[in-house]
Amino acid sequence: MAGTALRRRLIWQVAKVSAVTTETASVRTLTLDVPDWPGHQAGQHLDIRLTDEDGYVAERSYSIASAPGEPVAITVERLEDGEVSPYLTDELRAGDDLELRGPIGGYFTWEPEDGGPLLLLAGGSGVVPLRSILRHRERTGSTVPVRLLYSSRTLDDVIYRAELEQPARGVEVIHTLTRHQPPGWTGYARRADMALLAEVAWPAADMPLAYVCGPTSFVETVSQALVQSGYPPERVKTERFGATGGT
Amino acid sequence: MEAVDGNAIGGLLHEVFGTEMTGAPSVCGNCGDARPVGELLVYLRAPGTVVRCPTCDNLLMVFVTVHDRMCIDLQGLAVLG
Repeated sequence: MAGTALRRRLIWQVAKVSAVTTETASVRTLTLDVPDWPGHQAGQHLDIRLTDEDGYVAERSYSIASAPGEPVAITVERLEDGEVSPYLTDELRAGDDLELRGPIGGYFTWEPEDGGPLLLLAGGSGVVPLRSILRHRERTGSTVPVRLLYSSRTLDDVIYRAELEQPARGVEVIHTLTRHQPPGWTGYARRADMALLAEVAWPAADMPLAYVCGPTSFVETVSQALVQSGYPPERVKTERFGATGGT
Repeated sequence: MEAVDGNAIGGLLHEVFGTEMTGAPSVCGNCGDARPVGELLVYLRAPGTVVRCPTCDNLLMVFVTVHDRMCIDLQGLAVLG
């Protein structure tokens, strides 16, 4: 069974924040120094645990933003009513400790031998694990063709904007801005649906491999449209992180 | 309340089963739908954690912690792993 090699105790450990990077007004990337990190796959997660003075514990799962072999990093969007994310985005500083366990997950992961062409579909901060996949592809010298369709509310909400403006060879990045577009915007300006996917997705006959990550409604719409257009369901990997209104 | 999916409880499942489970196969005991655990519907803010079948909404798994002891109900599954 595929899980045999992953039979490993998952233990909580204390990491140190080595850098905090501002991505957008509400999104930060935390680079972490994790003493006993066994290495991760592109697309995996880690769990963060916060404990307050009264012993109240809150746990959340975050996608790993960095490629295998790079320092562990997570990218966190502040949710206004969140119990965990405001602390991570607003309070944590380089040098602070953070309790975590990982890596976690084996379903929403990609390795170069999984092939492609790859269709990556991101709603809001759903771009985070897909960025790990993009960096892993580049670091391993994979030449698998990639299209990333990234849906954001506005241009200011685009995470990793500078990085995505200079994609690696063989990677196309296609933006759609659903709420507001700057003057002269030539990209898409509508929600990702069947019609938009018909324009940007690889034809099903190319046997593409799709990864869809974002708010639940985005993932449902996009994954159903792909299956209706002929993608085999097992070639459409999905990850839903609930409602944030981030697309 | 909106569902997330099985990826969100990868850590919990690893804790319970001792291994990576999001890629493990599952079969619904009601409708027979077969899917990797990562695709199942998960409700995190129910009392405990509730996992349902995306096809027929059958209750597949429930995880509840009571006084530091985790209670697990897997009755809705025909197959796991």
